[in-house]
Amino acid sequence: MPTTPPTRIARFTLTERVLHWEVVVAFAVMLATGLILYFPSLSGLMSRPAAKGVHLWAAIALGVGFTLVAVLGNRRAVLRSAREVQYLDADDMAWLKAGPAAQMGRVSPAPQGRFNAGQKLNTAMLSGGMVLMYVTGFLLWYGERHTEWRFEGSVPVHDLFTLFLVLLVTGHVYLAVIHPHTRAAMRGMVTGEVDREFAEHHHATWVAQHDAEEARR
Amino acid sequence: MDHVPPPADPVREAPTELTGWERPIGRGAFLATVLTGLGALTLLSRASGLSRAVTNVTSAVKPGGSWRIYAVASPLPKFDPASYRLRITGAVENPIELGWDEVQAWRSHPITADFHCVTGWSVMDVHWAGILPADIVARVKPTRKAKFVSMHSLEDPYVDQVTMEQFLEAGNVLAHTMDGEPLTREHGAPLRMVLPDMYGYKGVKWVKEIRFDSEQMSGYWEQRGYDTDAYVGRSNGYGG
Ligand code: HEM
Ligand code: HEM
Repeated sequence: MPTTPPTRIARFTLTERVLHWEVVVAFAVMLATGLILYFPSLSGLMSRPAAKGVHLWAAIALGVGFTLVAVLGNRRAVLRSAREVQYLDADDMAWLKAGPAAQMGRVSPAPQGRFNAGQKLNTAMLSGGMVLMYVTGFLLWYGERHTEWRFEGSVPVHDLFTLFLVLLVTGHVYLAVIHPHTRAAMRGMVTGEVDREFAEHHHATWVAQHDAEEARR
Repeated sequence: MDHVPPPADPVREAPTELTGWERPIGRGAFLATVLTGLGALTLLSRASGLSRAVTNVTSAVKPGGSWRIYAVASPLPKFDPASYRLRITGAVENPIELGWDEVQAWRSHPITADFHCVTGWSVMDVHWAGILPADIVARVKPTRKAKFVSMHSLEDPYVDQVTMEQFLEAGNVLAHTMDGEPLTREHGAPLRMVLPDMYGYKGVKWVKEIRFDSEQMSGYWEQRGYDTDAYVGRSNGYGG
């Protein structure tokens, strides 16, 4: 064990990062083309069939990307993260009760695991929202061909959850890119490693577990 | 790089050691999101009144109202008043070709109608104004051969056709005005056919020619599987 602990600590595997940026790219394309389909003032940017084609191909591309990651990637790492975000412990509840000022501070209000309670809930809602986009998007596409699958609710729900996702992602991007106490996380999503000091401030439980595992090897 | 630690399930284990309490709340939030969406989908699909209400709210807050712009080609046709010509031709005694001034000089008739798109969205209480089909018929005098009326767009290859009776149904208008303003480019400037009893795809935008036909033809959207008689609530798999 080194006498001075390294200043960086491994946070995301390559698989997790590829998966994340696949989602980001596909989401950006689907949002841009979706807004062209939605706003009359943007309709001059691209013909409707072209925008719709790109919209649907991006949806397919993300599906292919997910499949490739599932086949070629580190499935264990992804499943581990997926499991982590599903469970909240007592410290997570304490974090949630602390309120936004403390949650957005320099040090988290309660020691947190690899993901804090906000990240866990954000992940849950983003994933749920994406599932709904695929369900309603599929109905919109399939319903054009098979009228018994065309429901009045598909368009409003597709639109409503676009808004829902945009709000969540706006907050997420703000924390990742702008907010001074959290933007150090960006390094983790790009290079895989974060500064140790940042991790100790925001994910103390995780750092302790991480060090214990390192010591065991 | 990948430090997947030896215990197969370290995460379930670790917090429990530290605090003794954990719950699948994240999983619950995921399921709650999905179920809310599916619930909304069911509710809005069952109760038309509800999706109307949602539509009204969206059109109040969204720039451009609840309209979506459909076009079959890019870029959208551009209307130039100086060179524009409206042709009314086919099986008629007096075929005419009018400049924009002459079109505007025609008696204008206001109507208020709901607009329904076949893909499921609607815009309520649109105020249109334009030329009455009956006035067109009176002026060009279709011959006995005229059984259908086709509307041709500046946007190639957008075209559609209705029967003579459908063309003359009360409430129809060849509109140049929408909600008190001249039609905008994306809404079909300078002229768009408004047929309130039918889904929007029948109402050709950017009209450059009205032709009285003796033969039936298949319009742009009909060639793509949509119904010829596109009555709202009674076609394309709705109602019936
Ligand atoms: C995060 C991802 C997505 C976003 C932000 C998004 C956004 C949008 C928006 C804003 C519209 C315009 C709706 C309207 O006119 O009211 C739209 C339409 C549509 N979307 Fe998506 N969408 C997404 C994912 C998907 C997926 C995954 C699918 C297919 C599986 C899909 C299929 C469609 C279809 C078929 C339409 C209708 C196009 C038409 O009106 O002809 N979308 N989307
Ligand atoms: C559709 C868009 C996006 C989705 C669905 C998404 C989803 C996620 C999820 C589920 C996580 C893990 C948990 C969390 O931190 O909340 C995550 C982490 C992260 N995301 Fe995103 N993301 C999106 C866009 C972006 C964008 C545009 C950026 C930055 C420009 C970004 C930066 C990050 C960073 C830095 C992390 C790591 C946070 C950490 O260290 O835990 N994300 N993202």
